[in-house]
Amino acid sequence: MIAVIRRRAGRWALNGAAGLALAYILLPLIFVVWLAFFRQEIPSFPPEGYSLKWFAAILDQRKFVDGFSLSFRVGVLATLTGLVLGVPAALCLVRYNFTLRGPLANLLLMPVVVPGVVLGTAMYVFQVEVENGLDVDVLGTFYALVAGHVVIVIPWVVRLVTASLAGVDRTIEEAAQNLGANAWVTFWRITLPSIRPGIVAGALFGFVTSFGNLEMSLFLVGPGRTTLPIVILQYLEWKIDPTIAAVSVVQILLIGGAMLLTDRYVKLARVV
Amino acid sequence: MARLDIENLVKRYGDFHAVRDVSLSIADGEFLVLLGPSGCGKTTTLRMVAGFIEPTAGRVLLGGQDVTLLPPWKRNAGMVFQSYALFPHLTVAQNVAFGLEMRKIPRADIEKRVEEVLALVRLSGYGGRLPRQLSGGQQQRVALARALAIRPDVLLLDEPLSNLDAKLRQEVRVEIRELQRQLGLTTVMVTHDQEEALTMADRLVVMSEGEVRQVGSQRDLYERPANRFVAGFVGRSTFLDGTIDTPGHFRTSGGLELKCAGNRTGAAVLSLRPERVEIGPVSLQGGPLAGLDNRLSGTVEFVSYLGSLIDIHVRLSPADRLVVQIANREGGFSPDVGQPVHVGWPLSAGQVFTA
Repeated sequence: MIAVIRRRAGRWALNGAAGLALAYILLPLIFVVWLAFFRQEIPSFPPEGYSLKWFAAILDQRKFVDGFSLSFRVGVLATLTGLVLGVPAALCLVRYNFTLRGPLANLLLMPVVVPGVVLGTAMYVFQVEVENGLDVDVLGTFYALVAGHVVIVIPWVVRLVTASLAGVDRTIEEAAQNLGANAWVTFWRITLPSIRPGIVAGALFGFVTSFGNLEMSLFLVGPGRTTLPIVILQYLEWKIDPTIAAVSVVQILLIGGAMLLTDRYVKLARVV
Repeated sequence: MARLDIENLVKRYGDFHAVRDVSLSIADGEFLVLLGPSGCGKTTTLRMVAGFIEPTAGRVLLGGQDVTLLPPWKRNAGMVFQSYALFPHLTVAQNVAFGLEMRKIPRADIEKRVEEVLALVRLSGYGGRLPRQLSGGQQQRVALARALAIRPDVLLLDEPLSNLDAKLRQEVRVEIRELQRQLGLTTVMVTHDQEEALTMADRLVVMSEGEVRQVGSQRDLYERPANRFVAGFVGRSTFLDGTIDTPGHFRTSGGLELKCAGNRTGAAVLSLRPERVEIGPVSLQGGPLAGLDNRLSGTVEFVSYLGSLIDIHVRLSPADRLVVQIANREGGFSPDVGQPVHVGWPLSAGQVFTA
């Protein structure tokens, strides 16, 4: 009898702790979403009424639209570049044993560990040096910003593709070669499809990281080129009306939608 | 189908010799089995034939053509892997069609051939399934069908049955063997399971430490093992260590005087098959043991009851112990531990190897 009570109490405690943690993560998000629909300009409780005008307000302000567009383009390009570099890197790390393999694996994962400000400073100084050395415009250009973001996309691609590769039976590649497929055909027809979940998940997380990055972008953006997180920060310095909440809701919906869509084709929970 | 010749094949990894100077010829339509304990070089040999491992020295000839330097995809060898290695993202039909697509065979012909081969392995109607929706035995047959679809010059089987349960393994052995005969497939199979090897092979190759120890039929290997390794690996043997001072007289390290065949001298090993040794009660003076070349008395030290057979371990001297296997017959002789017994065997039952 006591054992049963103890087991039930244990289960209640576990569920309670999990619920608290979940609430801790979700509550701010719920408040932001709620706030986006408030009618009044200064957020205060209780709301005076509800309105969709803040969503309309986003479209009225060019800087939000431009910021969104820039963040989106940088994210897509950085993700694609990150895939081209990260997938072969992951293949090498898993398949070949070479000196410095361990250090190299850590180096590729480093950008998620190093504080964003440090990474941004380093990238800034590097780009200034390159600009001085080569005598071409680097800092503040679109491609320099993309180059910076590639660095923070790579860890996600490498990590998730590596995890995916570990579950792939290498003999299926030998089987393909045995059946007449050369190394190139084997990679495209056999290896790549079997690590697709890792690639998709890596691309998704890489994109989200790039899209939401603030610290590094602050160092790398040029005049007239501001990413969405920077636009939000700048806006918040002057106003706290629910426009920002509305922008956040749009972001949450986009990223959440992308995840749900991806999850239909690739079970994200299996790779991440 | 074609003949396969392996000439002086060597594979070295640094100082380690995985395969040392292996030469074999496999005739068109022959089923050859490479048998040996793990690490004996049998799989390395097979993988060199498939082209996955580049030999350090030697040649591989397929149908008389030197393929030693060709990559795997340019050799027409169909392989069945131990893990089956089915493509998990492709259906059964797509798996089987893969090799045909690589050979640029027209779509319509591919479909027809896939149907034929799936029928051959009794999997008609399974074409649309994914590998993970099949049982282990079915997956194994898909792997076989995939290898057969390309009409290979040689079929390579790498421990193809080791992932099946014991009962299924017995059935599949017979199935593969029948299919191989029916299609006249030149086949090389690698296994460490001697029962599997004995039931399936036309000819066997026993390997250990990268070397071929003996090549021959089942009967050759069992009745006339070439050395102590083969005598111990194929079937079971009791080994008595000793010396031969005068040809025909074997003295065990425990001091027993035995008669043996042959005319070699020096340090030697006498090998005896447990079922070729007779055993009887001590009281019987003539009886079943009369007339045997070697007759000795001993004490039963251990008995293991195996159902249809009984193993009896008999202590002959402080240094010599012998295993005798008898059929478990109604009313047959069945000694207990500690009981004194007589054992005996004819000259022909003992094999002498150099120590």
